[in-house]
Amino acid sequence: MHLLHPFTVPVINVLNLLAACLLLLSFAMLSRRRTQRLITLFAWQGGILCLSTSLVAYSSGLHELYYSAALTLLLKVITLPLILRRLIYRLGAEWDSETMVNIPVTMLAGLMLVIFAFGLAQPISMMATTITRNMLGIALAVILLSFLMMITRRKAVTQVIGFLAMENGLFFAATSATYGMPMVIELGIALDVLVGVFILGLFFFQIREQFESLDLRNMENLKEE
Amino acid sequence: MISALASTVVQHDLRWLLLLICAWGGIGLAGMLRQRSLLVVRVLFPLGSLTCLLVAILAGVFLASGQASQAMVLPLGLPDLPFHLRLDALSAFFLLILGVAGAGISIFSAGYFRVGEGTSPGLMGLQYHLFLASMAVVLLADDAYLFMVAWETMALSSYFLVTSQHRIPEIRRAGFLYLLIAHVGAICILLCFGVLQGGSWLFIFDAMRSATLTPLLASTAFLLALLGFGAKAGLVPMHVWLPEAHPAAPSPVSAMMSGLMLKTAVYGMLRVSFDLLHVRFWQWGVLLLALGLFSALYGAIFAAVQTDMKRLLAYSSIENVGIIFAGIGLSILFETCNLHLFAALALCAALVHSLNHALFKSLLFLTTGSVLHATKQRNLGKLGGLIRRMPWVASMALVGTLAIAGLPPLNGFVSEWLLLQSFLFTPEIPHEFVNMFVPLGAAVLALTAALAAYVMVKFYGVVFLGQPREASLADAHDANLLERLGLVWLALGCILIGVMPQLALRPASAVTRKLLGQSILPTGSIWWIAPIAPKQASYSGLIMLLGIVGVVGITFLLVRLLAHGRTRRVATWDCGYPYQNARMQDTAEGFGQPIRHMFGTFFRMERDLPAPEESSPHYRIRIEDRLWHAIYQPIARAVQWLADVVGVLQGGSLSIYLLYSFLTLIVLLVFVL
Repeated sequence: MHLLHPFTVPVINVLNLLAACLLLLSFAMLSRRRTQRLITLFAWQGGILCLSTSLVAYSSGLHELYYSAALTLLLKVITLPLILRRLIYRLGAEWDSETMVNIPVTMLAGLMLVIFAFGLAQPISMMATTITRNMLGIALAVILLSFLMMITRRKAVTQVIGFLAMENGLFFAATSATYGMPMVIELGIALDVLVGVFILGLFFFQIREQFESLDLRNMENLKEE
Repeated sequence: MISALASTVVQHDLRWLLLLICAWGGIGLAGMLRQRSLLVVRVLFPLGSLTCLLVAILAGVFLASGQASQAMVLPLGLPDLPFHLRLDALSAFFLLILGVAGAGISIFSAGYFRVGEGTSPGLMGLQYHLFLASMAVVLLADDAYLFMVAWETMALSSYFLVTSQHRIPEIRRAGFLYLLIAHVGAICILLCFGVLQGGSWLFIFDAMRSATLTPLLASTAFLLALLGFGAKAGLVPMHVWLPEAHPAAPSPVSAMMSGLMLKTAVYGMLRVSFDLLHVRFWQWGVLLLALGLFSALYGAIFAAVQTDMKRLLAYSSIENVGIIFAGIGLSILFETCNLHLFAALALCAALVHSLNHALFKSLLFLTTGSVLHATKQRNLGKLGGLIRRMPWVASMALVGTLAIAGLPPLNGFVSEWLLLQSFLFTPEIPHEFVNMFVPLGAAVLALTAALAAYVMVKFYGVVFLGQPREASLADAHDANLLERLGLVWLALGCILIGVMPQLALRPASAVTRKLLGQSILPTGSIWWIAPIAPKQASYSGLIMLLGIVGVVGITFLLVRLLAHGRTRRVATWDCGYPYQNARMQDTAEGFGQPIRHMFGTFFRMERDLPAPEESSPHYRIRIEDRLWHAIYQPIARAVQWLADVVGVLQGGSLSIYLLYSFLTLIVLLVFVL
């Protein structure tokens, strides 16, 4: 049996609190209408991720995790929100709001997903040997909620934010299940996300040029008759 | 010195063959350097032809040496799954066919391809040599992976060759049909190999040879192989691509496909049923025999009513493939009844017919190419009298038509005679009914041979004899030097094998020894063949030739000296009428009319009869394949319906698409749970 570092109760309580905040933020994102608010929430999500990763690093003594926490801070708290903000400023979409499916219904669907995610995570977390294994359910819930957010949104920018939030959930899952992915992979993913946002930014301009709006409903007539 | 050299060559036969295959690849790539130059065609194709010749020589030397096999593992392939090669008598025999016929087709191509006709000559050269190389690799492959890779390369390169004039919509359509059926066939072959591995999950042919399959699995594998290779070979009802693809393809490509590619399918069928499955049930033989004979008859009947010369030859290919498969079926039937000698005879007939068909069908397709270049016409109704304008092509075509019609002393007679001989022994089969019904097959075969002769009289008579049906035919020019060389090579092959059948029988016997452990009785002389025993039946092409030449010569001299003494040249079939023009000759439609009447049930005909008072009456007839309407159109409709149903999923909204993947994710996760 793999023996763990002695783990003091307060640290794990703090970690649980952070995970709960992450879930709460996901729900908040699901219900926000304004794009700017969503970006703020996304930055907060990154911040919590960074904090929890460094806590895990501190308690498990794995120094590599400090690097990945620093990477998270740099990329998800500072760079990406900055880029996204500049993007919506230049697109003139700062105060865009969108009509969504009924928010209470979305929330209820989100609740069901969380229950489903916890049910799913239970047998998996039995197999994991990490101290943070209980948080796997939350990580899965974050992924599913972000997906749900992508489904309910109609604007191109919010879709991308949903996509990035999903990546956050994946990252959290990796940290809680196996103490993070190997550094090489993590760096690779970080680069992918960065490049992806740049490319999607270019697409936004193209889409606006074509349809004079960022509403994805315009793309419905692209299908083959 | 020479014998020492020969023995080292024999020992490393497979390596040399591999080198030659690489040489084809190199020749093809070299063509890409100067794509639009005619130099490419004039220099590289003869080099390819030389390579073909070397392949034929190596294969012949291997067959003569009597070695069992040579194997090799290539350092190429998928990770941990290297490609295996093996040269044995079966692959050597088909390599021999590839080399001999390929040499003639390549040298003809050197004179045939021009700049500005569809694909540029350089690209054409690449596709052409890739096609040759992939066929050779198919014959040498010793594992399912390499076999499938080469098989698909063969299908793709030939597809691009067929659609070289891709700006014409009908040609694209024909190419699509060919590609579609080729892929359906390839899937069947893939599944066949999947069954053959028999739970060992090893896809080397050696593992498949030793796998023990239940009767059900073995029969499944056999049926899948029949479907897959039958689709490539053009057995009815998978034949529909042949009459479409051949008119679309440039003539040397048609020659390659009909003469060589169909033979790789025959090879595959033999490899799977004899080598990998060790022929187990007599029912397989009966099935193959029935399908083969039906294809043969079907092909011959349809060939008789065609008006496009290349379609006519395509249907004739269906007929010949049917004959080959009938021979294979008969051989399986005999083998499972422990009549090994007769099995060897039937298989020998099928193998020799494969070689013969490669020679005469390539020859005929090449002559249609020359006619096409000279007249720009494929329609038989607009040709005629070309024997005066194109004496070289006409005389070579005459050799080809006589050979394909199965007349002695040419090669077609040898194989059909051998096959009929083997039908004579069916009463010895110890199964009731089978031994009564199979002799009927001999009757069908005889009918087919007669119809084939009828078809060839039509082909030759309408294209080369009579009077030109169009004024423009007066400008027709004969084939150029390189084209003539190719035609003469193939025609010589037809004559040589006809006169000295042992040239083909000895290599074929090496194959039957390998597959059945038995060969037909050898005779000491190279001039005689006596398949079972000299007192039962024997044949000598040379005596036949001398007899024919003697009788014709004496008759000619007698008529010339005694009867008239002077000759006069008048229009053909003048018959003493004071006025006669080209439109008064028998047409292709007219010539096929009796067949159309007799076998009316086979066709789906639409006729446009002119009213009596019309000033410019036109008679139109359209003949279609019933199977096209009975099998292919329902399948196409079903696929269309299914596609429409699935098309509902494509709503257009991005959220819906996301929802699809979301739901899929959830469902998959539930399964994990």
